[in-house]
Amino acid sequence: MSEQTQKNAFNERIRNAAQEFGLPRLIITGFLVLLLVVSPFVGADLPTQISNIINRFSWNGVLVLAMVPMVHSGCGLNFGLPLGIISGLLGATLSIELGFTGAVSFVMAALLATPFALVLGTVYGWLLNKIKGGEMMIATYVGFSSVSLMCMMWLLLPYHSPNMVWGMAGKGLRTTISLEGYYTQALAKILQINIGNLMIPTGAILFFIVLAFAMWAFLHTKTGTAMTAVGSNPEFARSAGINVDKIRLISVVMSTWLAAIGILVYEQGFGFIQLYMAPFYMALPAVSAILIGGASVNKASIMNVIIGTILFQGIVTMTPTVMNNMIHLDMSEVIRIIVSNGMILYALTRKTEGTK
Amino acid sequence: MSKNSLGDYLRRFSVPIMFVIICVICAPISGLSPSYLINEIVTRMGRNAFLILSLLIPIMAGMGLNFSMTLGAMAGEIGLILVCDWQIVSIPGMVLAMIISIPISALLGLFCGKVLNMAKGREMITSYIISFFINGIYQLIVLYLMGPVIPIKHSTIKLPRGYGVRNTVSLLSMRQKLDNLIPLTIAGVKIPVATFLVVFVLCLVIIWFRKTKLGQDMRAVGQDMEVARDAGINVERTRIISMVLSTVLAGIGMIIYLQNMGNIATYSSHSQIGMFCIAALLVGGASVDKASIGNVFLGIVLFHTMFIVAPKAGTVITGDSMIGEYFRVFVSYAVITVALIMYETNKRKNKSKESQQLALEQENANG
Repeated sequence: MSEQTQKNAFNERIRNAAQEFGLPRLIITGFLVLLLVVSPFVGADLPTQISNIINRFSWNGVLVLAMVPMVHSGCGLNFGLPLGIISGLLGATLSIELGFTGAVSFVMAALLATPFALVLGTVYGWLLNKIKGGEMMIATYVGFSSVSLMCMMWLLLPYHSPNMVWGMAGKGLRTTISLEGYYTQALAKILQINIGNLMIPTGAILFFIVLAFAMWAFLHTKTGTAMTAVGSNPEFARSAGINVDKIRLISVVMSTWLAAIGILVYEQGFGFIQLYMAPFYMALPAVSAILIGGASVNKASIMNVIIGTILFQGIVTMTPTVMNNMIHLDMSEVIRIIVSNGMILYALTRKTEGTK
Repeated sequence: MSKNSLGDYLRRFSVPIMFVIICVICAPISGLSPSYLINEIVTRMGRNAFLILSLLIPIMAGMGLNFSMTLGAMAGEIGLILVCDWQIVSIPGMVLAMIISIPISALLGLFCGKVLNMAKGREMITSYIISFFINGIYQLIVLYLMGPVIPIKHSTIKLPRGYGVRNTVSLLSMRQKLDNLIPLTIAGVKIPVATFLVVFVLCLVIIWFRKTKLGQDMRAVGQDMEVARDAGINVERTRIISMVLSTVLAGIGMIIYLQNMGNIATYSSHSQIGMFCIAALLVGGASVDKASIGNVFLGIVLFHTMFIVAPKAGTVITGDSMIGEYFRVFVSYAVITVALIMYETNKRKNKSKESQQLALEQENANG
């Protein structure tokens, strides 16, 4: 009898844990594990795969981390990430234009991107304070508008560096700019570990850890706690004497700045700056990564960022190789679209308290 | 009072007025002849009107701009691809494509309505993500299932690898068959009479629909969901119906659109259509919660004039053809952004006005 109840309680606990974890998340984790198990049998080299995932993680981690502050302050998922990315791109191109090379160009790009991120972030945050409740849709379109505005600017701004402009016309930036000689692998090369086929970009990961730790620490300061309070119950926060608008503004500026730094980290790993329409859909992978990691529209932790990025990037990198080796059919793009958008849909349809 | 209403008027029509100004400035610079412009606009009117009209019903039901109208567009494309493979040509082919698309769109609309009912208050962003999600499934079907599962015979449609559909499917057999059904040319302007007739019928249907019980219910739901529920209206069902209707209409609209274009860009025709239709509607003076048939037509004229004129004017001014291209994309997005911001600020203003009113009343009651 007691054994029976014990068993029931155990089942109950498992069910609760599964529920908390969420069915889609469970499926995605299961899928990734399956891919990892299958890959050696279909002839894919496991260490290469794993170092791919780690690499991709180091590229994208900061961009996903940029989601955290806005989710905390109740502004929802930052679909306006492209705005921050643009600040980063401005920093990157200016740094090259001013003639910095090597690892210094990375530091300068980050420094030059900061004022843009602060200004754009402030304007963006001010706007989002005007339209509480409709943040996500407007954020999406603010991102789109700014990307398409910058498309014109990349052509018109007076850039002259021969490494960046079109060779024939002598003006107008190229769609992709190689970072060879600038900051390719600037972070990744620091303390890089090579064991056979396994390659770990220690520097880039350390950079992410530092930022993530700073974020964690920030969320435990007075302002950070206030941010969480604003996100979970704005009315309560206001009556507790917190300046809700100011806190939200800070969160948006932080998110924008992190996006700017995030794209620089992405570029140092990827080796190229991508301009024009490239930042257009960059918000979606970051959004779905953090959601896959277990965040919801108004709740996100650093752990969600780490788990989410590993799972998402794992699927993105593993599916093509495994699928190709197995059935000579590359469905990875379609799977990526369905998984990432399905995940966002799932999160949007959850009933969440605190959102209006 | 009258001054106030003039100001309101100006604010309401600020977007159309801005567009009139852009068009008036750019049109002479572009150097395009008036007859060419008029011809283009009439063609585009026939091409887009049906699609944009499909957006009206969800707005009526208070669900905002239906970004998931692309679902219907995809259903329409699937219908056309199949009909093309069966080699049924001309008008019968179009009708058959519509008949095939209707159950698919209805099903997708049902799915969309159900999901949106779970995400009340976030309809627009959700419908936006739905369009991406279904696009993934559409690609799965068209790229992998068409061939092995859904039989495709003709190598002009199938990819050389043996499954999946080519990037472009030619609709030569259907090209402008509806537009040219009743040929009419006035002063050098070719008028697609039959297409306009279809659009006209749809306008009548929408006007009639507003007066039916269901149409009234939808408006009630759009005004206030809680009040409508208290009045005994099945809110969820009404919202789902509005989505189904919109998606089905969008599917038919897409077929009309593509018969004018003459070919399907299998993987990209639908992706931009939602954005351009919504931008055109907003340019016509519609807002997220209010849109009329007049907005649709004014919007098409203004938006597409800009669309034709901007790249040319951009080339003339800056000497770079890409500037104009980017400019019109930017304007499309900016219009939607501005409209969304105006809608949200108005909503908040009204809400605070209401709560002030409530506070005042309570004070009066107490005092």
